[in-house]
Amino acid sequence: MSEDCCTPRRPRSVPPRRPEASACCAPRGVGDSETVCRTESIERPTTSALNLANYWDHFVARCGINRDRRRITPGLYSLDHPTPDSHVFVTANYTLSFDALRSALPSVSAHLLVLDTKGINVWCAAGKGTFGTDELVNRIEASGLRNVVRHRRLILPQLGAAGVSAHEVRKRSGFEVEYGPVRARDLPEYLKTRKATPEMRRVRFNLADRLILIPVELLGVLSPVLVIGAVLYALGHPMVSLAAIVAIIAGVVFFPILLPWLPTPNFATKGFILDALVAIPFAWAQLVSKGEIGPLVRVGWAGVCFLAMSSVTAFVCLNFTGSTPFTSRTGVRREIFTYVPVMAWMLGGAVVLAIALSFLAHRGL
Amino acid sequence: MLNAYKSNTLSYDPELCSNCGMCSIVCPHSVFAPDDDVAKLVRAEACMECGACQLNCPAGAITVESGVGCAAAMIGAALTGNKEATCGGSESVCCPGGADDCK
Repeated sequence: MSEDCCTPRRPRSVPPRRPEASACCAPRGVGDSETVCRTESIERPTTSALNLANYWDHFVARCGINRDRRRITPGLYSLDHPTPDSHVFVTANYTLSFDALRSALPSVSAHLLVLDTKGINVWCAAGKGTFGTDELVNRIEASGLRNVVRHRRLILPQLGAAGVSAHEVRKRSGFEVEYGPVRARDLPEYLKTRKATPEMRRVRFNLADRLILIPVELLGVLSPVLVIGAVLYALGHPMVSLAAIVAIIAGVVFFPILLPWLPTPNFATKGFILDALVAIPFAWAQLVSKGEIGPLVRVGWAGVCFLAMSSVTAFVCLNFTGSTPFTSRTGVRREIFTYVPVMAWMLGGAVVLAIALSFLAHRGL
Repeated sequence: MLNAYKSNTLSYDPELCSNCGMCSIVCPHSVFAPDDDVAKLVRAEACMECGACQLNCPAGAITVESGVGCAAAMIGAALTGNKEATCGGSESVCCPGGADDCK
């Protein structure tokens, strides 16, 4: 859309006007080849009511299917016939973000400025820089927001602050950035006083927040789990196949649920603890298994269960760090350097032990 | 190592603080709190290095090496030879949530 406006429509014979005189395409900064369109502003209408298609879209997104298709067109949207004095809310062009915003504003007239975050939610996009100062400043110009509103104030989601510098935006666009609450659903309350309570400013990660992640995580590991399970089963190890599946599922399903109750702040050690619980039945099954096996060999196989399952579960648990809203890069890096070698040694040890035990079994011990 | 998350790269120089209050507003973990003269660093260990405070501090009083605290992204970056671990994007090997559930 913005390109349409920038394409030269004048016949070639007409000498081009100086760029700064152009009503449409004004060059941005020095050394910046892109141009910004000061176009007649198109504001698409939207509503605060979500329909069935929206809910279906959210459900599909939460299952991790076609995540790249959850984009809406960036630009300006009008909610409930806004006036030039209505609030401007800024959001990402991810359907879940956009829908969270508009559905939080029933009976509020507002302009919604949707940034092009490549279909990624506000916080992730801010971390990546796509929900950022540059995109915001450019989108203000490209959308013609200046001509739509009389005031110069934008309300951004607080989590957008990881990508947006409020004072930079003011300097470059003249618009004041106001950070609203973390969650869109707190907006009605926030708008009463224009002040967020400490509670509105904090990210949470309660049981509901964690449960909603499970389908995505589960479907993400589904195919590798099925392949690993099938291969191990085909190799004639139904018990090992089951153990592998349980170890991964434990990390993906039980771990998010039990997260705050597993002691230790480190994710890898939380994973080891969780697995110690999950591996018990498997180790027990080895200890009491039927057949002419010596007690030492039984203990050996029980050890294989613990070592192999722990390393797998702990690794899966460590990978959950990115899904939480509180782990720092420094901390995760420390965990990787400390525990990934331990996991590798445990898995390697389990394989060596299993081979040795099979060898002993062949010798009739 | 009992707690990998106890320390981080956040550093704050109260001498430079202009007490605009932005850090307390943008921090999702209440690491900073407003006070009479300058902002107070009250929960440094809760910092997740998102970088919002540094980006929104007009006085330049805060520095933090921001990045994604995501093991999957970091391991993925290490395996693919990328220098910087990021989340999001269709090409990403990152979070199973496709950068939707990760921060």
